[in-house]
Amino acid sequence: MADLDSGKTEPLPTDGLCRIGNGKAIPLQRLPVLEAAGFHRAVVAACTSGARLAAMAVLPGRAGERTLLAVLAEDAHAHLALVGTDLPAVGGELAALTAELPQAQAFERELAEQHGICFAGHPWCKPLRRHADLEGPAVGEDPHPFYRVEGAGIHEVAVGPVHAGIIEPGHFRFQCHGETVLHLEIQLGYQHRGAEALMLRSRPERRLAIAECVAGDTSIGHGLAYCAVLEALAGAEVPARADELRAIALELERLANHVGDLGALCNDVGYLPGASWLGRLRGEFLNLSLEICGSRFGHGMLIAGGVRFDLAHELQPGFLHRLGTAEADLEHILDLVFGSPAVTSRFEGTGVIGRELAEAIGMVGPAARASGCARDVRHDHRFGAYRSFPIEPASASSGGVMARAQIRVQECRASLAFVRARVLDLTAGALVAPLPPARPNHLAVAMTEGWRGEIVHVAATGSDGTLRAYKIVDPSFHNWLGLALALRGNQISDFPLCNKSFNLSYAGHDL
Amino acid sequence: MKRLLERLRQGYRTIPFPDASLELPPRFRGRPVVDPLKCRTGCRLCADVCPTGAIKTDPLRLDLGACLFCPACTSACQDGAILSTPEFRLATRTRADLVLDGHQQRLATDLGKKLKRLLGRSLKLRQVSAGGCNGCEADLNVTGIVVFDLGRFGIQFVASPRHADGIVITGPVPTNMQLALRETWAAVPEPKIAIALGACATSGGPFAGGEPCLGIPADIPIDLYVPGCPPHPLTILDGLLRLLGRNR
Repeated sequence: MADLDSGKTEPLPTDGLCRIGNGKAIPLQRLPVLEAAGFHRAVVAACTSGARLAAMAVLPGRAGERTLLAVLAEDAHAHLALVGTDLPAVGGELAALTAELPQAQAFERELAEQHGICFAGHPWCKPLRRHADLEGPAVGEDPHPFYRVEGAGIHEVAVGPVHAGIIEPGHFRFQCHGETVLHLEIQLGYQHRGAEALMLRSRPERRLAIAECVAGDTSIGHGLAYCAVLEALAGAEVPARADELRAIALELERLANHVGDLGALCNDVGYLPGASWLGRLRGEFLNLSLEICGSRFGHGMLIAGGVRFDLAHELQPGFLHRLGTAEADLEHILDLVFGSPAVTSRFEGTGVIGRELAEAIGMVGPAARASGCARDVRHDHRFGAYRSFPIEPASASSGGVMARAQIRVQECRASLAFVRARVLDLTAGALVAPLPPARPNHLAVAMTEGWRGEIVHVAATGSDGTLRAYKIVDPSFHNWLGLALALRGNQISDFPLCNKSFNLSYAGHDL
Repeated sequence: MKRLLERLRQGYRTIPFPDASLELPPRFRGRPVVDPLKCRTGCRLCADVCPTGAIKTDPLRLDLGACLFCPACTSACQDGAILSTPEFRLATRTRADLVLDGHQQRLATDLGKKLKRLLGRSLKLRQVSAGGCNGCEADLNVTGIVVFDLGRFGIQFVASPRHADGIVITGPVPTNMQLALRETWAAVPEPKIAIALGACATSGGPFAGGEPCLGIPADIPIDLYVPGCPPHPLTILDGLLRLLGRNR
């Protein structure tokens, strides 16, 4: 256990990056820290040869200064490549990666507003979450107006932050010509609760609760990433049974949300039988989670080192019976939904994002897979039970609402099969392993595949072993730009449908 | 034809709430039973593991407004002074009624004769998510599905505050939502009610003390508190019906 990181990391002399596996930790001094131009070159070079920016974070530096960290996911090699560059204690100026790597755009906007770094050459370095009209512009800061299209017949539509349904707040600004959307800018930040700062200030008991509420529909996804990053820092090994129960909980969360999304898509094209039936069926999967851990959203299931609840042998027949009934109901409904021209004619060709664009802006999760990017953490950077029982990424290529719906259908089927197989064959053993204290001056990265896609938690400890830096990346952080671009050339009346087909998290983005 | 057959196969799914006595699965964590007599003086095991500081000891008190209904305190207590029950009826009219001290909890009473006459058979609500993580929002949405069917009680969520008789607030109300919440509240015509749903809206929940989390402005008077993280759809339904005096 003590040598978790030795032997697994191979700093390659060719590009100077340090490579670790998902859910592993390294001593901070092993992080290669390059000068700014070298950092820039290394990140761009890695990304042009197949890596993706999974996270960027500011770490407390060795001499009281700060280090900017880039986590690059090399999906084909199951590696996370790490590289850093030093920043001055205040401010700092770097050449924007966004100019060459559009996938860096949100990361750099975030770093600029949180850490005062100036990114020269960033095309739209507007704050992501800070609201100048409420908090006053920072010194020397432009008021950052919305992007505007001007000309004859152009009009602007503003929606939000408070929306018509029971959903989270965000502001959408459409530039339209007639019904056609030329450009959509999405301004978020209304939900900013200071989650990352609270993680650093809170006791461990509270941190898990915060992680579970980063995005309340992804409690297991974020909770698991938090537990995994803590286990990596401590060098703890989770018992196999706990890993399997965690994966069961994660797949139940995926099932509930995917089924709910399919129902919501039906609702947005006016196919109400599908909406009603799938809406009810979503509850069946939430209630299966309730049966195991007492919460429809999986709260309380996880604990650093393992799980709190078992799916004991005597509970399994009832659980599998309910799972089977729900599966049969789901197949019947899907047959009707996808056999209905009223549904398919609205799904097809709406909100298309091509593969090249999806890759360029760094999309993740089902939305990326719908555009032909076969990336899935459960397959590429296997963790927990997926190391023994990986899940093949779902695939589609047309990149529109239809593809995003079909990906969800495929993933529901895969999750159902996975949950059944794991419940039938649960490894015997302990539910939780003791968690040693976190190792001082270590850096850990944990990724999980939530139902929306890749979740990344990055943590670093100080010399006393306490958390010094905590970074959370929700899949929505990558994908909101995808939604904005999917609307281009579509009718504004298709926005609800496109929006539901992504179903991104506001709270997970705003943190 | 296939659709009709499927409709028959799917059957009638609405639960007979509030007439039948419903029970949630044994592991469901509803209202904890707090027994100060069993609590050992000086023992702070439960309070120390509580993520939100919802528990005070000597004497033992548990604030359902801050409680996340996690299993930490019940598994820490060695003396059975805090036990979890699947009781889902939890909503109260006042913040103080959310504090359990071993006496019977005073659940929500109705709005009074005048408001009941106005709203009792038709209550339109506007929801404002103010830092809500989409947990409360999700289970609030669920009250509208066929199983719970909020509509049969004359309660409906509407798109505009102008059409609403009140608002339901979720989330710890961060800085960036203060203005939007105030304006939504101001846009609801009088007489109006406000409901705080979930631990975040009531106390800040896990985000209490977070720098941007300011909470519901004091000038929005709360008529109903629905505890939970998030509250179960039945807890929400029970609370709304209590407010309208319609749950018996």
